[in-house]
Amino acid sequence: MTGPAILLLLLGLGVAAWVSARARATRLQTAANAGPARGAMHSLPSYHGWYVALWTLVPALLFLAVWTNVMPGLVTESVLADPAAQSLPSDSFGRGAILSEARNIASGKQAMAFNPAAQALVEPYRAATSKFGTGGVVLALILAFAGGAFAFTRIRPDFRARTRVERLVMALLLGASLLAIVTTVGIVASLLWESLRFFSMVNPFEFLFGTKWSPQSAAMGFGNEGAFGAVPLFWGTIFIGAIIAMVVAIPLGLMSAIYLTQYARPNTRKWMKPILEVLAGVPTVVYGYFAALTIAPALRDFAVAVGISGASSESALAAGLVMGVMIIPFVSSMADDSIAAVPQAMRDGSLAMGATTSETIKRVLIPAALPGVVGGVLLAVSRAIGETMIVVMAAGLAANMTLNPFSSVTTVTTQIVQLLTGDQEFDSAKTLAAFALGLVLFIVTLLLNIVALRVVKKYREAYE
Amino acid sequence: MLTEEQQALKPNNPKMTARDVNVFYGAKQAINKVSIDVDMDNVTAFIGPSGCGKSTFLRTLNRMNDTVASARVEGEITLDGENIYAPSMDVVQLRARVGMVFQKPNPFPKSIYENIAYGPRIHGLASAKADMDVIVEKSLRRAGLWEEVKDRLNESGTALSGGQQQRLCIGRAIAVEPEVILMDEPCSALDPIATAKIEELIHELRGRYAIVIVTHNMQQAARVSQRTAFFHLGTLVEYGVTSDIFTNPKADRTRDYITGRYG
Repeated sequence: MTGPAILLLLLGLGVAAWVSARARATRLQTAANAGPARGAMHSLPSYHGWYVALWTLVPALLFLAVWTNVMPGLVTESVLADPAAQSLPSDSFGRGAILSEARNIASGKQAMAFNPAAQALVEPYRAATSKFGTGGVVLALILAFAGGAFAFTRIRPDFRARTRVERLVMALLLGASLLAIVTTVGIVASLLWESLRFFSMVNPFEFLFGTKWSPQSAAMGFGNEGAFGAVPLFWGTIFIGAIIAMVVAIPLGLMSAIYLTQYARPNTRKWMKPILEVLAGVPTVVYGYFAALTIAPALRDFAVAVGISGASSESALAAGLVMGVMIIPFVSSMADDSIAAVPQAMRDGSLAMGATTSETIKRVLIPAALPGVVGGVLLAVSRAIGETMIVVMAAGLAANMTLNPFSSVTTVTTQIVQLLTGDQEFDSAKTLAAFALGLVLFIVTLLLNIVALRVVKKYREAYE
Repeated sequence: MLTEEQQALKPNNPKMTARDVNVFYGAKQAINKVSIDVDMDNVTAFIGPSGCGKSTFLRTLNRMNDTVASARVEGEITLDGENIYAPSMDVVQLRARVGMVFQKPNPFPKSIYENIAYGPRIHGLASAKADMDVIVEKSLRRAGLWEEVKDRLNESGTALSGGQQQRLCIGRAIAVEPEVILMDEPCSALDPIATAKIEELIHELRGRYAIVIVTHNMQQAARVSQRTAFFHLGTLVEYGVTSDIFTNPKADRTRDYITGRYG
């Protein structure tokens, strides 16, 4: 019996349980309402239906989930106990190869064996699989019936089915939210673990404060000493994400927010704001193309024409400018929200004093909205330094420490991509460096987000 | 102190006049053919039930309705004989001459000092710090707030109590030396003690500024004003000496409102 068929069968049982339990509860309800104590039925019939259906499905499904993970081990064990397995090689590698071949033939993934020893094990494999498979299904069905029957006998007017069902639903919701948290914790743990392995090979102090980055030389056997100084990467990231991109995004975003909230007529705002927000939905790879193929060559030609030295076709400026444009909607929409959150009374108060619209914006609205704007900018920075596609395509790989925006720099994210693409062994310092970089990036963006959300929240409370 | 009777006897000295004013919000007419004189030496109260247009009309007097995109004003409103809706009238200067205090105290989230200095600064009334200090002290004194805040001028204006905030807003309006002060239900968000202080302040300010106060509290209108205008459904029903309006109303609608039949 295949997996989907079993699931369908169980689902059918669940539906049947629901229908019959509900029918029984409905009859009880009719009887209870006819009696002297009106409303003696605690829960609506459909809750009894759900209660029985859940008792039918949940234990059986849980059992199947466990069983599918346990079964391969049981099958292998029983195959090894077969007389035909006595001749297997004793080393685990050779034995594993033969077993896996036999398993593939038995399940039909492979037509015939290359190894005669595997051929001999096919039949025992088939027999064991079918034995344990059928056993599992039978057990699941027994559990389903037992659970359903147990729950069915509990249907009584005073049985609190609604409370039980609601408790289970709550547990389900809790589980869903925990899943995301657990996943995050797992990701952080793996990041930490791999980073610790890296730091056992490379001195953390040297990693954080060293100024020479050449993981390639370390990989070629020149030793890890002095090859993993990440400062040029940090500088490149800050230069592109926190300086050039913000120089573009903050004024443009702020000005567009001011125009949209204070000057634009409602009709203009109606079509302009969504278009601006579409910018945020453009895949970053598209921005990357634009930066690499259009902006970067144009900037290089310009730099060469005016005689700036060190101009490269992969420049910090190209990546930063395009990233700034990408960030505009974030800054603009955060600034928009915080300006709109300044009470109308504040604006009226200023206008009634004879202030012009622009004086009101400069002296009242922006100071009042500033914390929100700052929070928005911090969020934008944290997004910009984590941005990958644009810098991979347009910023280059040379780990330069330069103030010249026309020359090539590299960023943390670019180097992570670089270190992890291609065939890599996963225990060299070169590959593990990617995790250490990821950890630094994670910590920095996390801190930025915490600070930003704090700032925004504190400010929001001020007016309520 | 003058009695109600004696106060009312001051001769009329119109500061602002409105003639046949209509106000529309989109297609809806909010004010219908209102003509009224705002007196320089007397406090004028606008009373009437909610939605009668008294606040709307008040806001036409310093063109605050300009900030509402759909609002349209017809008719003529003058300040010292000059049409305030004429193209030659600069709305910024108009609002410097006709100040406004709002229903809810709305100090800026700045220091007490900066709240008062805001208007003088944007209108260039003081360049030196010493001049500004003088203006701030004078305005706070006139607003009856100086003694309470003189030691903490650098604290935020929003940290004051509601009544103090409202007096700060009055001081802020006074600081630009307006000729008219419009007050839109200035006490509706305040407790009785703070309300009494504001009313006392209005008495003190009378004569120096032409004052118009919108209120839905009839006792307040009787206490602070010498002229009362009764608005109903966007029209001016009756306008006259306050004591006459309250003791001997001419229109039935006024009498019904004052005696509490509706409102």
